Amino acid sequence: MDAKRYELNVQLAQMLKGGVIMDVTNVEQAKIAEEAGAVAVMALERVPADIRKHGGVARMSDPSMIAKIKKTVSIPVMAKARIGHFVEAQILEALRIDYIDESEVLTPADEECHIDKTKFSIPFVCGARNLGEALRRIAEGAAMIRTKGEAGTGNVVEAVRHMRTMNREIRQLAQMPVEEVTGFAKTNGIPYELALKVKELGRLPVVNFAAGGIATPADAALMMQLGCDGVFVGSGIFKSVDPAPRARAIVKATAYFNDPQKVLEASMDLGEAMPGLEISQIPPEQILAGRGW
Amino acid sequence: MTLHLVSNKPSIIGILDLQGGVHEHLDHLERLGVSARRVKQASDFADLAGLIIPGGESSCISRLLNIFEIKEILLRTHREGMKIWGTCAGAILLAKKVVGETSCLGLIDIKIERNSFGSQLDSFTSEAMIPAVSVEPIPLTFIRAPKIISVGKEINVLLKIDNYIAAAESENVLVTVFHPELTGCLALHRYFAIKCGLKLATNDHGYIDPLWKSSSWTRQSGID
Repeated sequence: MDAKRYELNVQLAQMLKGGVIMDVTNVEQAKIAEEAGAVAVMALERVPADIRKHGGVARMSDPSMIAKIKKTVSIPVMAKARIGHFVEAQILEALRIDYIDESEVLTPADEECHIDKTKFSIPFVCGARNLGEALRRIAEGAAMIRTKGEAGTGNVVEAVRHMRTMNREIRQLAQMPVEEVTGFAKTNGIPYELALKVKELGRLPVVNFAAGGIATPADAALMMQLGCDGVFVGSGIFKSVDPAPRARAIVKATAYFNDPQKVLEASMDLGEAMPGLEISQIPPEQILAGRGW
Repeated sequence: MTLHLVSNKPSIIGILDLQGGVHEHLDHLERLGVSARRVKQASDFADLAGLIIPGGESSCISRLLNIFEIKEILLRTHREGMKIWGTCAGAILLAKKVVGETSCLGLIDIKIERNSFGSQLDSFTSEAMIPAVSVEPIPLTFIRAPKIISVGKEINVLLKIDNYIAAAESENVLVTVFHPELTGCLALHRYFAIKCGLKLATNDHGYIDPLWKSSSWTRQSGID
């Protein structure tokens, strides 16, 4: 990926700002998502809540399913590759989708290395729990970042934790004298040049979305008020009782996140949200956010 | 500001802030010294000389336009004289005809095809002369861009490339399928400001702002 291509890939993510990216598992759901005002869809065989329930090894989805969804919608189509599985990424690039999510929701293929994303022309989005993780992914070529949160739980607490952590570390960096940046970069495993860049900009140099546990319009508005540029909703829509109105409501609440009256209107009469999971009830080996580093 | 009150002439350019590349346009207008405002509520339409509908996803912006009665106010303010410029998704929303879809605002007599080049892998940059806008070549950024297939008789074509039209205008509406706000080029923003009847303070911002960087939008979007 040359510098110009990378810039174009970052810029596509910029055009998604203020929007909602929805997980869909078939053509019908993709249509509902687009109709509701999603800015992109994530095509996958099972939403994270089902992956969690199902257990076993979760892999890249069947490309023919992704191809069908790509044919159905005119908004961007994303799909997930396993952490470190650069051949799944090559397949998704050959399929000419719009964005690859190198995702902890799938079972990692490599516990040492993430994908060298600079070798690709297609853009990547990666999850992060803190500033160091975000900047390591950017150093590897990610053009967009999202919080990891804890996917498939309908519990926003981890996404909030990850966003607050990133913001806190960005504020620290922005305020410290430059001679302290070396130590900060060393402690947090951050490439020095990227630490300087974040210090200069006062935010991540790429778009940063919220993901992992967003289930209601209020969750989406909360993440936006915490400074996210947009939101991913995975299981939250199609695991709820009435997906279409909920999808529309989350789109509204994301656009008008600062307007309690409109978020209130969006929150009315949506039926039941997806069932939620208390993080402390999840066995440690089933925590998805711990995958990747 | 006092001057504006005396002349009682709208001098602000709004940017429709529902979804998409809002910060990028804000940054460009600031560089030109134009007063800019995010437009999200009905009251934000007061005293607008012009409105930019940014790039983003047209299906998303169109849905949001319909929900909170923004569409009616936008159309009314336009009838009262507010000029409109649509970039990429904005151009789709302004078009009278959209291939395979119903049109949204229908304010300019063009036929446009959404996402006409292919996937993100087909996004590209190039440059071209637009004589009406600038004496220098203008850098062009196409991101999952639409193509204008044809235009009505009263529409002025500003830029034609191969078999499609990339920029066009009527008396009150400007459309570009590319993204000037994603380059350092201020020429189209200047062109639109003048179309809106604004007098720009200086002329010494060249066509390309050497201080612009691809990360400049982040100035408008820091964390608190």
